[in-house]
Amino acid sequence: MPRAAEAPRESRTLAQWLGRRVPDWRRLEALLREQRDRADESHAEVIELVDRFRSLGRDLSLARALMPGSSVCRDLESLFLKAHEAVFRRPSRIGAQLGELFRDDVPRVFRELRSTIWITAALFFGTAVLGWLLVSFNPELASLFASEKMIENVQRGELWTDGLLNIVPSSVLSVQIMANNIVVSLFAFALGALYGLGTIYVISLNGFMLGGIFAFTANYDMAGRLFNFVVAHGVVELSVICLAGAAGIQLGHALVHPGLKTRSEAFRAAVKHAGILLPVVVVFLVGAGLIEGFISPDDRYPLSLRVVVGVGYGVLLWAVLSGRVWRRSSDLSVTPSAASEASRMH
Amino acid sequence: MAPIQDQLELTSTDATAVNLPIAGTGSRSYAFLIDWHIRLVLALAWFISAAALMGMLGNSELWRGLSDASGSLVFYMVVLPPLLIYFLYHPVIEVAAKGRTPGKRAAGIRVVTLEGQTPDAAALLIRNVFRLIDALPAFYILGLACVLLTPRQVRIGDMAAGTLLAYEKKLRGDAFDRFASHQDAALGVPAAEVAQDLLKRWESLSPDKRSRIAAKLVASQGQQVPTDLPKRAFDAEMQRRVTRLAHAPRS
Repeated sequence: MPRAAEAPRESRTLAQWLGRRVPDWRRLEALLREQRDRADESHAEVIELVDRFRSLGRDLSLARALMPGSSVCRDLESLFLKAHEAVFRRPSRIGAQLGELFRDDVPRVFRELRSTIWITAALFFGTAVLGWLLVSFNPELASLFASEKMIENVQRGELWTDGLLNIVPSSVLSVQIMANNIVVSLFAFALGALYGLGTIYVISLNGFMLGGIFAFTANYDMAGRLFNFVVAHGVVELSVICLAGAAGIQLGHALVHPGLKTRSEAFRAAVKHAGILLPVVVVFLVGAGLIEGFISPDDRYPLSLRVVVGVGYGVLLWAVLSGRVWRRSSDLSVTPSAASEASRMH
Repeated sequence: MAPIQDQLELTSTDATAVNLPIAGTGSRSYAFLIDWHIRLVLALAWFISAAALMGMLGNSELWRGLSDASGSLVFYMVVLPPLLIYFLYHPVIEVAAKGRTPGKRAAGIRVVTLEGQTPDAAALLIRNVFRLIDALPAFYILGLACVLLTPRQVRIGDMAAGTLLAYEKKLRGDAFDRFASHQDAALGVPAAEVAQDLLKRWESLSPDKRSRIAAKLVASQGQQVPTDLPKRAFDAEMQRRVTRLAHAPRS
């Protein structure tokens, strides 16, 4: 009997002790409110937050034991989640993270995905050759990827790109092209989630269309004019579509061969890894859209200038991907063997 | 098929665990429909008011401008902004509001990482990039199928970004004050909590259930529970007794 009487007395004492903790919970609440979206907390503030968070964990356990399912338990859980978020939140350094992304992560992922990028490029240009051959030998197949109006124009000796600027202003054309190319590239990447088959389809279709269109214009001796139109923006445009495709194929590879991870984990890791190339894809497609809107359809620019712009922009893309654009000359002088020697010493 | 997981367990470094309820198809669809209406209305509102401002509403100029997009001004003022509003609504608002959108707020849900944290901008953007395939072949059929078939009820975009939708646990604020005031209750804190909760939910509970709980509470305080009253009177008596108990100060 005395033991039975002790239990409620004990729980009453514990509850009273818990009741005296209310001002501490209020203080933690206020602290969380003050520190929300701030990155300049003092050392003392951070320590206080962590201390109060740990005490709150103990209070929550006690409250659950004494009053499971009560409203105070529910509010303590909410406060705990808020504090958990604040304590374990990763610091937000957007500027620095963007710097690291372009300086370190992009070149690293580009190196790691090099073989996949080559395979994607081979798929793209292989299907382009196939498209070329098919349309060269069966000209009627051009109707698969060229509209009737386009075919009529070419048969009249006009490219559909001729006089484009008389119809659509450069800036509008640029925005339309940018949006279209960015969506195609993001599709090429995201469709990798269908075990890579979607990406293979998008890359093959685009390669096939490119080859077929060139073969179709070549039948009317206009391939040179089409090349003249394409060269300034095409180098980068086709390269970044191959990059997005390689990233998509990587997703498919992770799903087919997850290794020791579950498929879901492998997929997530592949998205995080290969997705690092997407900002480069988007940024360079914006530039390619501007070139395609302002330079490519404008007859005033000679072929030599178009080649310089196309190759120059391509070299810039390669420099960004390889990381050379960010490295100082002293960094570049470190040979691979010297670097591996240094890493062995560490 | 793996069983549905309706809670995300978050364990802190000191082993305190809190469950976050995972949102399912219903809440997701509800949030999406609200957001879809908002972005559609905003895009249409812009389109109509910009066209009206340019004096183009109702004349053929607008339709000619739209069909060949020949006028830069028409394109930049009338066509482009609604498209941006419609297609960038989710990524922009989710990043700005840390995984919340007006629709998600209305449904009481938000995007969280698998660790229960607010996702970073990269994860939120990735989750939105994958809308391109979640929306396939139409009306988010693929995304919905994934939500129905995956244990954590996530679409492909969430799988890719390592996120899910969870119900927000809101701090109501009054529980702490009530808890503090219970320190002086004759009932003791735990029983006073039960009494307050019971009184708060009294009208929403069936008379049988609330009377039964109230009778247990009254009996636990050593009081006699009347057995000879008719149902309605017993219910009223129990409410009166619980109210008195809840407000009685400690002697």
